[in-house]
Formats: sequence, structure tokens, C-alpha cells
Amino acid sequence: MSVLVFIEQREGRVRPVSREALGEATRIAAALGGPVIGVCAAAADPGLAALGEAGAERVLLAQHERFAAYDADGYTAAIEAAARAVQPGVLLFAASAMGKDLAPRVAARLGVGLASDCTAVETVGGALTATRPVYAGKARQQVRFPRTPALLSLRPKIFAATSKPGASATVEPLEVALPPAPRARVVRHAVAPGAKLDLTESEIIVSGGRGLKGPENFPIVEELAEALGATVGASRAVVDAGWRPHHDQVGQTGKTVSPKLYVAVGISGAIQHLAGMSSSRCIVAINKDPDAPIFKVADYGLVGDLFEVVPALTAEIRKLNVHA
Amino acid sequence: MIQVVCIKQVADTETRVKVGSDGRSLDPAGVTWILNPYDEFAVEQALRVKEKAGAGEVIAISLGGAGVQTTLRSALALGADRGIHLKHEGPAPDSLAVARALAEAIRPLDANLIWLGKQAVDDDAAQVGPMLATLLDLPCVTVVAAFELAEALATVEREIEGGREVVEVALPAVLTTDKGLNEPRYASLKGIMAAKKKPIEERPAVPGEPNLEVTALALPPPRAAGRIVGEGTAAVPELVRLLREEARVI
Repeated sequence: MSVLVFIEQREGRVRPVSREALGEATRIAAALGGPVIGVCAAAADPGLAALGEAGAERVLLAQHERFAAYDADGYTAAIEAAARAVQPGVLLFAASAMGKDLAPRVAARLGVGLASDCTAVETVGGALTATRPVYAGKARQQVRFPRTPALLSLRPKIFAATSKPGASATVEPLEVALPPAPRARVVRHAVAPGAKLDLTESEIIVSGGRGLKGPENFPIVEELAEALGATVGASRAVVDAGWRPHHDQVGQTGKTVSPKLYVAVGISGAIQHLAGMSSSRCIVAINKDPDAPIFKVADYGLVGDLFEVVPALTAEIRKLNVHA
Repeated sequence: MIQVVCIKQVADTETRVKVGSDGRSLDPAGVTWILNPYDEFAVEQALRVKEKAGAGEVIAISLGGAGVQTTLRSALALGADRGIHLKHEGPAPDSLAVARALAEAIRPLDANLIWLGKQAVDDDAAQVGPMLATLLDLPCVTVVAAFELAEALATVEREIEGGREVVEVALPAVLTTDKGLNEPRYASLKGIMAAKKKPIEERPAVPGEPNLEVTALALPPPRAAGRIVGEGTAAVPELVRLLREEARVI
């Protein structure tokens, strides 16, 4: 049985999360014994043949000028058409902003269930099971799929891309009966995508909490983040206080993240925050209260006044960067 | 203007998750149940639209056991006009089954706007909104963080990776709400009293065969015990050394 993967592009570039999905697709396809096929909707071919190196055997391209911007109705029609043509056993999306928006629509059109934001997929005897965090990571669910295709969206930064040097994917046109005009139309970007790396896609995150005492002190965190090449996050307390925008919030009612390094600055570690960052590979906590709950999940804790410790840490990292 | 707000009763975000005796769902013992935080923004926005229009009806709808009437009442206390309770005991059905039950109940209402939270903070699926829209053949914008309405055209903003899209959508439409859209109100005493007299219609929900089966719920493996590297700036060089040589993350 084949594995179909939705290939996400923005501004004519295939997004890295789709390479991660193709990577997992090759592992599933090897277990199920079938090809990996991509489906993409775009105004022009974003270089799909090169996805052979990421594991795709062929890619179906629904090409239309209206796909220059994201078009939920049109993309849904394209993926549905591909699924009806290919009859895959499994259909994968990235659990990105686009994938999360599209996958439920496709599931409803195909009349099948969907496991969103999966962090592990297993195939045993041809049957698929998936693991997905629930309660913002306080627990995880195992799910299975009573119908075909099994629809899954995969959490970014969890699944490894594969590399097949020199391999090339066949690109085939996909005919789609498009709905007349997009009913929901992206007219512009209020903030250009890529202006800032999203927390969910960041390798390193430095988050600030109430210990910073006020928004005017956030540059301390921003400077450390800059030295580390990190994205700035925040606790719910400081977002609710209006110090930081909501899209910076880590935790339940914010974002669940799993970077390779998470630095918590002046964050005591409310249960909702811990839920959202406990799956990070390495956690550093800097807090003046040695009894703060954040130290229970931190690999490395540093007790001290963040107004002294964080600038010292920034200076130390900058020294490394100079020598590197 | 008729607006429908789909709301869900969930475990408080303070909840320490314990696995129930079935091995598949949350142990409900000692859990405080609340209106899903993202649904608060949905209720609030519907009320603001109605208040601005100076007329219309806001209908709150929820699927679940007898307990969800408390949550429906809380939406009525905030200002919703009436409630519909789709009765279903036991663990929640999968998202597609819920969306089908909601679609069936909502279709005859001829709503102009249908609101939901972007996801429920229990199963974190983020599916019911776009599924419901698809089943009703309505346009849908998810994760809405700004909303303007002019006649029958809504202009909304939604967050994407590192950016923000501005989307125009013609009504009727389904919108799912993100934190930041508005500042939800608290129920007034007068609102709470008035809610007691507002009608909640009860109907059985028939979810049908499962589309996704939960086979197990488990707690994540505990993190290996960490250590305190030291105190104050004196510990900074050692922290950096550990991050480079032991954890190898910088």
C-alpha cells in the first residue's frame, strides 16, 4: 500500500516539515511495502523532482495560478483528488499551520478519522498505530485507524528526513475540479512569513517569565537568544500581563515545543508551562528560588539572580561564538 | 444574524493527569471541569458581533454527558441566548463523529457565523472546526486572532509560522478562535441569574462507528533527574561547559 504525503510550499519553496513527513513516509512504506507519493498544490513547480532525495518516488502537482497564495478549499480538493486516484493506505501531513488547517477537511471529505500532531508512528503486521501528546503533553494517547486511508499529521522537529543522494522524483500533473473561487481568500500577509522562526520549528528557545519583573527587561532574554541563535518564548504569566505577544507563549493554551535546548529564565514552572516544554531534549533553568518546580524538569539548574547570571551567560556564549 | 458557538467542557489546565481504570481515558476523580479556554474567545466574539449589530441570536451548543449543562449555563451567563445539549455519556467520540453530530444539529439553524475554539485543551486535536465546515460545505478560517465584519464579509488574521495571514471570508462561515482575539468578559451576577431561565434543549447524539480508536493513555516517561550546576555567575562557565561537552547542544 502506498503512502501519500502532502507537500507544503510557501513562496515557491517546499517547507522542511514536508521533508520530515517524507522521511517518516519512507519508513512506513518500507514496512507496508509500497511507494511514497507526494501531492502538492502550487502556482509553479517548486522543484518537486528534487524530493526524490527526500524519499518521494513521484509527486502529483496540482498547478493553478490561484495556488500562489494558500487556498484551503482548492488545496483540499487537490489532496482529495490525489487520495481518490492513488488510494493510499496512509496519508501524511505536517502538523504545521497549513497541515493542521487542511488535514481535518480532507478527513471529513474522505470520511475517515485523523490523528493530529503525532510524535511516533508504528507499523505492526501491516496495522498502523500512532502516539500523540494530549493535555499539552501531560499524557500521550495511542490511537489506531479503523478505516483506510489512515490520516496523520506529524509534529514538526520530531521525525527525521531521509537522504537518497541522486534520486529524483517523477512529477506528474494532477487534474483537479476546483471550486469556482476561493471562499476564504488570503489577501495579504500582516507579517511576512519567516520574519521570525516559529517556536515550534526552533532548535533553541530562550523563554522569559515573571522573574524579569517587566517588559523593559526582556532585552536580557533577547540578547541571550541572539547569542545562541535561539527564538524567544514566554510564560503565560507574562503574556497575560501583556509583556509579550500571545504567539510567544509556551505551554497549555500556548505552544507545545520540543527543541534541542530550552532555557527557562525567571520561570517558576507552573504545570501548564511544564506540559508544553518537558519534551525538550535539554532544559536549563535559571531562577533565584531553589525550590521552583522548573528545577524538577531541568537537566541543568542555575540558582541565582537572573539580572546577573543571564548577561554573564550571554557574554560566555559570545566568547564561544568568536572562537568558533 | 444567527451565530452558533460550539463549546466543550474540559479538565482544568491545572489538572494533574491520572489514567483511568480503562487505561484509555482520564481518571475523572477530583477533576475540575471548565469551559475550554479557547472557546471563551469564541463565545466572547459572538457576543461582540451581536452587540455591535444590536440584534440577533447566539446559540451555544455542546456535546457530552449531563455535566456539560454547567458549561452551557456558563455560556448563557456570559450572554448567549439559548443552549443545545447533544447528550452523550462516556468517553468523547472522535472528532469526525463529533463534527457529524454538530453538523446535523446546526444545519437547520441557518447560522451566519459558527464559532469554535481552535482546539480543546484536552485532546489537542484541532479538528472539529474545519471538519464541521467541510460537512456543512461552508468556508472556514482556523486560528483566528483578529476579526472585522463589514456586511457579509469578514476580514480575519491568522497566525502562520513566523507570520500572519490576512484572510477575507464571505459569510456564512466557520471560524476557530485563538488566544489574543479578544479579552473575554466575566459573567455578571445579573447574567448568572438570567442564565437560569434561558432554555437548554436536550437531544441525544448518535456518534456512530468510531473513525479513530484510542487504545491507550499513558503518562510520558519521567525526565531523568537533573542537577543544580551551581549558584550565581560563578557557575556560568561550568554550565556552558556542560552544554557543550556533556549535552552537546551548543
